[in-house]
Amino acid sequence: MSTIAVLLDHDRGTLNEASLEALTVARSLGAPTTALICGGNDALAAAAANYGADAVVTLAHDLLADYGPEAWGESVAQWVRANSPIAVLATGTDRGNEVTAQVAARLDLAMVANCLSITPGDDWSMTRVQWGGSLLEDSTLRGPTKLVTVAHHATDAVVAPVPVATSLFTPDLDPSFGRSIVQDRVVREAGVTLTTSRVVIGGGRGVGSPEGFAPLEELAGLLGGVVGCSRAVTNNGWRNHTDQVGQTGTRIAPDIYIACGISGAIQHWVGAMASKKILAVNTDKDANMVSRADYAVIADLHKLIPAISEEIKRRRG
Amino acid sequence: MSLRIAVCVKRVPAPGSRINVTADAQSVDATNLGFTTSPHEECAVEEAVKLVELHGGTATVITLGPPEAEEQLRYSASVGVEKAVLVSAADGLDWDPQRTASALTQAIRTVEEREGAFDVILFGNESADGGGFQVGIRVAHALGRPMVNGGKGIEINDASITVRRPIEAGFEVYVLPRPAVVGVKEGINLPRYPTMKGRLASKKVAVEVIEATAEPGGQGRVRLHRPEEKASSTVILGTGPDAAGAVVDLLTELGLMS
Ligand SMILES: Cc1cc2nc3c(=O)[nH]c(=O)nc-3n(C[C@H](O)[C@H](O)[C@H](O)COP(=O)(O)OP(=O)(O)OC[C@H]3O[C@@H](n4cnc5c(N)ncnc54)[C@H](O)[C@@H]3O)c2cc1C
Ligand SMILES: Nc1ncnc2c1ncn2[C@@H]1O[C@H](COP(=O)(O)O)[C@@H](O)[C@H]1O
Repeated sequence: MSTIAVLLDHDRGTLNEASLEALTVARSLGAPTTALICGGNDALAAAAANYGADAVVTLAHDLLADYGPEAWGESVAQWVRANSPIAVLATGTDRGNEVTAQVAARLDLAMVANCLSITPGDDWSMTRVQWGGSLLEDSTLRGPTKLVTVAHHATDAVVAPVPVATSLFTPDLDPSFGRSIVQDRVVREAGVTLTTSRVVIGGGRGVGSPEGFAPLEELAGLLGGVVGCSRAVTNNGWRNHTDQVGQTGTRIAPDIYIACGISGAIQHWVGAMASKKILAVNTDKDANMVSRADYAVIADLHKLIPAISEEIKRRRG
Repeated sequence: MSLRIAVCVKRVPAPGSRINVTADAQSVDATNLGFTTSPHEECAVEEAVKLVELHGGTATVITLGPPEAEEQLRYSASVGVEKAVLVSAADGLDWDPQRTASALTQAIRTVEEREGAFDVILFGNESADGGGFQVGIRVAHALGRPMVNGGKGIEINDASITVRRPIEAGFEVYVLPRPAVVGVKEGINLPRYPTMKGRLASKKVAVEVIEATAEPGGQGRVRLHRPEEKASSTVILGTGPDAAGAVVDLLTELGLMS
């Protein structure tokens, strides 16, 4: 079947918006598209149709009611065996990458993760993300069905309502596929987080101690922001890893990131570079963070940060 | 309970402020760089050591790479891993994910035939350099074992393993029957630093070398290159605490003072 399939990422029917980006990329590749939905519901099918899926296939089975990497992977693999699509695209999300790797393992096909752009052909060519985005790789992909995940935020999702044909595919799943399905969830109220905050005050090794973060917390509080940190800080046990910004931490995109006592190693930078503005505070005018930032103050953070808080309070009266 | 745990790590260069690429654009220029593993894998090693401390047993670290990757094996030994396996890839450390997974699977089978199955095999969530998000999943499938990636909490039960995986608000819980495979993320623990005693002991650990043979997979490398950077000219707002006023002016201008 000469279609390009797109596996939607969703949690018990709630769509991960990254799926719409993958659909948009698929549509640009010159073949009819098929949205694949494991489990799923009418709202997901409608979303897929609204973003240009020519066909929607619901993979239906009791074991697909909740997420399980093996059950999802096996179901998609069976659909691929039955339909020989040109490609399966998925999201460059935890689930998208995980299920695609499961499909790849089952079909012994290559999989290329986190692509920014794709040129189809007999072999496909793509540019993909390495080192969390600090480096790019131009790759080729061979194989009867191409398995690709699309880097999140690489493309804007574009609405394109089309008439859609919907159908069901029932995979044959042994009950043992239940072994890796989500058993339980613990939900915590998120509040303002690193990913959603408009202001992030980052602290690095230059902060010097866990207590050294108090003035950063105060400034964050005054601006309705949150505190982030570098890996040097989490490695020293000064703050929890959930505060870490970077390649193996969180990617942030606030209106302003104030990076205090952070040298700007590439693995930190890659998590911060989507910030609209970056202000570096460093005693070293040659620090990489200073040379790459939009703004900088060459100062001891222990003196500057309290002074900023005082000035804010003074102006607010 | 006595656990047999394996943990797979990949030797990668540790770049500083930028990543430079070799003239042939095939690899990271590691001139003047040290080497390390992904932080996720460092945490996988720590988790292996902690689980053995808690339940008894042995931890084995496995890497596929050039002879120099012995450095990463010895580092793991210095923080408490007892056994080390070098899956020797003579032509360098950058095999594609299919080929890597196939060679690692063979090596794990070799060790398991001799010593018995591993109760748990740990991987990083993704390698620091390639970031293929797949080697562990391929190995798990080849061995017929359940696998969950992105683990930030592991508990060993009599017949199963409980894995916690973070989601946007909270976490999901998976209960995998043993033996199982888990990919872990940084933050699952705080890796210890090697002690002097650990460093000395690590020198004595015997490294088993297994020659790897595996066919290249379907992903090929054309070239590596750096993303375009926006030309930056930094506006220096001032020097010392007197610059506080200029900073607040900027915050006001950006509409963040209201
Ligand atoms: C694969 C891989 C992944 C990684 N992932 C991450 C990641 O996700 N996030 C991350 O952050 N790192 C990551 N790292 C680590 C990274 O390479 C750096 O080691 C780390 O970011 C350094 O943290 P830092 O800037 O706080 O410390 P340093 O590099 O030690 O810098 C401290 C800075 O503070 C300045 N300073 C000192 N005192 C003061 C003062 N009183 N006032 C003002 N400035 C002062 C110094 O001039 C210096 O610039 C990763 C590394 C690898 C290999
Ligand atoms: N050369 C290697 N040697 C040992 N383990 C590896 C190697 N490459 C990848 N891995 C493991 O597989 C995980 C996922 O790698 P990747 O699929 O490249 O993102 C890594 O975090 C490692 O635990």
